[in-house]
Amino acid sequence: MRKFTLPLTPNDIAGMHAYDQVKLSGKLYVGRDQVHRLLFGMIERNEELPISLKGATIYYMGPSPAPKGMVIGACGPTTSARMDPFAPTLLDRGMSVIIGKGPRSTAVHDAIVRNKAVKRVTPVAFSELGPEALIELEVEDFPVIVAIDSHGGSVFSRP
Amino acid sequence: MSLAERIRDALMHAVVELDEDVLGRIEWARKSEAELGGGAVGSTASLAVLDAILENLRIAKEKRLPMCQDTGLFLVFVDVGRESTLPLSTIEEAIHSGCLRAVEQAYYRRSVVSEPVFERKNTTNNMPPAIYYNLVDGSDVTIQILLKGFGSENCCSVRMLNPTGGPEAVIKAVGEIVTLAGGKPCPPIFIGVGLGGTMDRAAYLSKRALLRDVRIGHRDPQYRKLEEDILSHVQSLGIGSGGLGGVITALSVAIEAEPTHIAGMPLAVSINCWADRKAKVVYKEGEDA
Repeated sequence: MRKFTLPLTPNDIAGMHAYDQVKLSGKLYVGRDQVHRLLFGMIERNEELPISLKGATIYYMGPSPAPKGMVIGACGPTTSARMDPFAPTLLDRGMSVIIGKGPRSTAVHDAIVRNKAVKRVTPVAFSELGPEALIELEVEDFPVIVAIDSHGGSVFSRP
Repeated sequence: MSLAERIRDALMHAVVELDEDVLGRIEWARKSEAELGGGAVGSTASLAVLDAILENLRIAKEKRLPMCQDTGLFLVFVDVGRESTLPLSTIEEAIHSGCLRAVEQAYYRRSVVSEPVFERKNTTNNMPPAIYYNLVDGSDVTIQILLKGFGSENCCSVRMLNPTGGPEAVIKAVGEIVTLAGGKPCPPIFIGVGLGGTMDRAAYLSKRALLRDVRIGHRDPQYRKLEEDILSHVQSLGIGSGGLGGVITALSVAIEAEPTHIAGMPLAVSINCWADRKAKVVYKEGEDA
């Protein structure tokens, strides 16, 4: 399995194709429904965002609590489609990798191709959201499958 | 052990380990995908997903972690024997207390908000559980709890079918609902189908269908055949594990049916992800409450 370090370079992204199984290491942001709603509001009001989206990787996830002595609890992906209304704008603002599960809308697919980003299925702010807060994770050899590549290849039949 | 403690223990177990019947179906899916997938690109990706699911289950068991970060909403079915003398208030209190203790002791994610539309404020303890009470024969009180994840819940649906549609209409409607769900509910999925009653009764029955041991078909051979026919239709949809295009999309189909009106054939489909987590406690008359 090919290994990559986050943030991905344009070359890394160009070299990834749908169905590729790869391992990612480095830093990524974790955010889901409410984080997207809040970020979107900030973008609409032209406010400064709590994170830089340039080259960022976002993981749609909300972890279960960490038991004593562990860094994190269970931390699998949530359904990507709920973030479909927000993803194209974030991709257009420089976000390059999305990790989640399940199919995406045509608009998200097109935004991935337009921005030469990559998205795959299966795998710091707003703390008041509890399990939905925006957090940053550092991962090592996080195995993912490329679901939609920058060339337009997709593991899903076109939405 | 008190009823609340028994409920707590069952919930602490259910969030970490799958019942044998459920795990058996996932292992069956792994084997079937390998045998029938023919090495197609989608099937190979689906196999990787099934391997990841099985590895995840092994890790959860070893580390005593929830198998999925979405530890669900407590959906509780209480079958109260008509001859039981256990007060309903005692049952309700035991359920609340058991759920609350499991959340605290088994690292459940806090996934419940107090109202759906406006503030959506987290209740911070997964309370309250949603509880159905139902009267049955005998003196036992049977408490069954689904840890209902919402990736799959968001894909559930109700259809009011034509009364003359027959089994073909049922198969077609379930196929459409599962197609619309695609890779979103974490396939391979378990499918509960509710038929008859009214719109809301069909929805209730579709959830009750998910409670059945997945190795056991419907008691009526006609409905058992319908379960098999729906399952083979769903397998032909090509959604696959993780929605990546394998040959196995569903792990089982269970139907619950009841009388309905001459003018209708209500159908509800409840979809559960592969993490089909169930807890069951049977209280016998005279035991510690």
